[in-house]
Amino acid sequence: MTMFAPSLLAALDWHTFLFLLFALLACGFAAAVVFTSNVVRMAFYLTLSLSSTAGLFFLADAEFVGAMQFMIYVGGTLVLLIFGVMLTAQSRFVQMKTNAGEWVLAAIVGSALLVLLARTALMNPDWRNPREDRNQVAVVESQTATAIGQALTGVRTDRLDASDSTLAGGMSGYLLPFEIASVHLLVVLIGAGYLARAKRRAASSSETSA
Amino acid sequence: MAEFLNQLLFGRPHWVGYSVAALVHCVLYFHVVAVGALLFIWMERKIAGRIQDRLGPTRVGGKFGWLQTLADGIKLIAKEDVTPTGADRMLFKAAPYVSFAASFAAYLALPFSNGWVGQNINVAVFFVIAVMGLEVFGVILAGYASGSKWSLFGGMREAAQVVSYEVPVGLCVMIPVLLCGTMNMVTIGNMQAGWFTNWLVFHDPFTFIVFWVYFTCATASVNRAPFDLAEAESELVAGFHTEYSGLRWSFFFMAEYGSMFTVSGLAAVLFFGGWNGPVPIFDILGWSYTPDELASGTFRVTGYLANLAGCLNFMFKALVGVTVMMWIRWSLPRLRIDQVMATCLKYCVPIAAVCFAGTVLWQYGFFVTDKPLPSLNNLIPAAPRATVREAWTIAVTKPESSAPTTSEPTPAGPEAEKQQGQTQVERGAVKEAAQTGAKVTDPAASTEGAKGERLGKVVAR
Repeated sequence: MTMFAPSLLAALDWHTFLFLLFALLACGFAAAVVFTSNVVRMAFYLTLSLSSTAGLFFLADAEFVGAMQFMIYVGGTLVLLIFGVMLTAQSRFVQMKTNAGEWVLAAIVGSALLVLLARTALMNPDWRNPREDRNQVAVVESQTATAIGQALTGVRTDRLDASDSTLAGGMSGYLLPFEIASVHLLVVLIGAGYLARAKRRAASSSETSA
Repeated sequence: MAEFLNQLLFGRPHWVGYSVAALVHCVLYFHVVAVGALLFIWMERKIAGRIQDRLGPTRVGGKFGWLQTLADGIKLIAKEDVTPTGADRMLFKAAPYVSFAASFAAYLALPFSNGWVGQNINVAVFFVIAVMGLEVFGVILAGYASGSKWSLFGGMREAAQVVSYEVPVGLCVMIPVLLCGTMNMVTIGNMQAGWFTNWLVFHDPFTFIVFWVYFTCATASVNRAPFDLAEAESELVAGFHTEYSGLRWSFFFMAEYGSMFTVSGLAAVLFFGGWNGPVPIFDILGWSYTPDELASGTFRVTGYLANLAGCLNFMFKALVGVTVMMWIRWSLPRLRIDQVMATCLKYCVPIAAVCFAGTVLWQYGFFVTDKPLPSLNNLIPAAPRATVREAWTIAVTKPESSAPTTSEPTPAGPEAEKQQGQTQVERGAVKEAAQTGAKVTDPAASTEGAKGERLGKVVAR
């Protein structure tokens, strides 16, 4: 261990270091997704990119969102993607060949989105420069996800002592949107089951007739 | 531990202390998986032998064949590392690490004793379930990248199986979470302190049933026989790891044994009281840490010993779970893929769902009586549930004067207000608890933990 190492390490802000590390990993693997032509490798890079994003959430003490990122994006979406790719894809989809026109189109769409997002992000005055009092900012200990869960079932614990009685009585919760979303999902589920079933019947009847 | 080292070496917070502490803990965790796998493979051989009326390994390393796995390990290291011609080289080489990393990462949130946890995550149960689900990704990659039909079939079966079994596992895990009102595994464990009647598996008949459903589904989700269709030696040569050899192959097995320990440990924490023994010896002796001590992070030799015994308790319970999995493996024949799916969708999911509803209704006396129905948990009241609050073990540190919590970044403002509201709600609960004469730590105090304090605070004590 050399002599300068302790001072260097002491000067290093670990939070910033880890943030940059995860951010770089996320962006790097996201770029790898774009530049790979093999679909399964794309899926692999996408997992790594999304996992790095989960790392960013954990770094920000948002454990619930981080675990959610793992569960929904990394776990669910990619397993589905792999199902789709591995079960159904023909060889021309597994190795994607992109021609020049597609590159140009993709570049236009991608850069337009990037400009839009970057502009929106920069419109937030807090994000333009580091805050002046950034050294005094403390991370709030994220005690519990219970408040979110209760809000989803209709009780906003932060509104319990609101002066408006309808707000205090739980009318400000997220129960209705939550229920609408779940009914939507149920409909999709049943619909998917119905479609899969109908197809199989048609196939078997055509087989028997043939 | 970091504080202790820093005091000893420098007398002030210093990066050396933190790094050494972090390194020691990483190595400790790694040994749970790696040495655990050595032990489990030896156990597997011995148990398989006994069940089949054989002796199992007897010679290597003396009396009981202790060192059989070490000999295996040397053999594996000496094997040639082969990559098939048709394989996707990069994915083929990465797949074992993906599997192992996912299995290992789940240990981050698994508490080994009261407060002995890598990271005291408040959604620990959810985190473990989410990360464990990623292990299948390595298996699918291995199956695809090997460029072999056997492997592909194994990978596909594994994917179908694990994706379906995540549903009942999630439902089963929800029930203890529902009863405890938290996903923090340390808190869930503490809520079951006291006599063995306080364990959640004895809460009501539904939790008792749901434990068996959980164990079945957990066996399936870690891909153990009778659900080991992904490997299925008699049909698929070796399934997803057909083309692997040497250490790469053994990574899959370390991941599998690591996951077996994790799901058994999860069962121990959720249903069997975690580190709390059947008889609360250390509570009676007064050795265990009190909530106040845990919150302030005081060190006491007797408390440490109580925690050590708790760790042994936890290990024992998890080991029993692993042993039962081995016992099942060598007793039952392998299911067919349609039977696997039927077990999951026609039996496990409905039973878990009914138990979920049953547990909820049990608290309301099925609307027949107004009170919750009697529970075995109340037979020998030890620690009333209401006295245990979330974040028991997070050390309370008053923020320094230079870091007032009032100057939070703008996005955190509403969040802080929300927590303030939450605190008031919890104070209501605290009042109720005070009537039972128990002491409760103020949850508001721990919300003020300064940045950086949470990192390894609990484990680095």
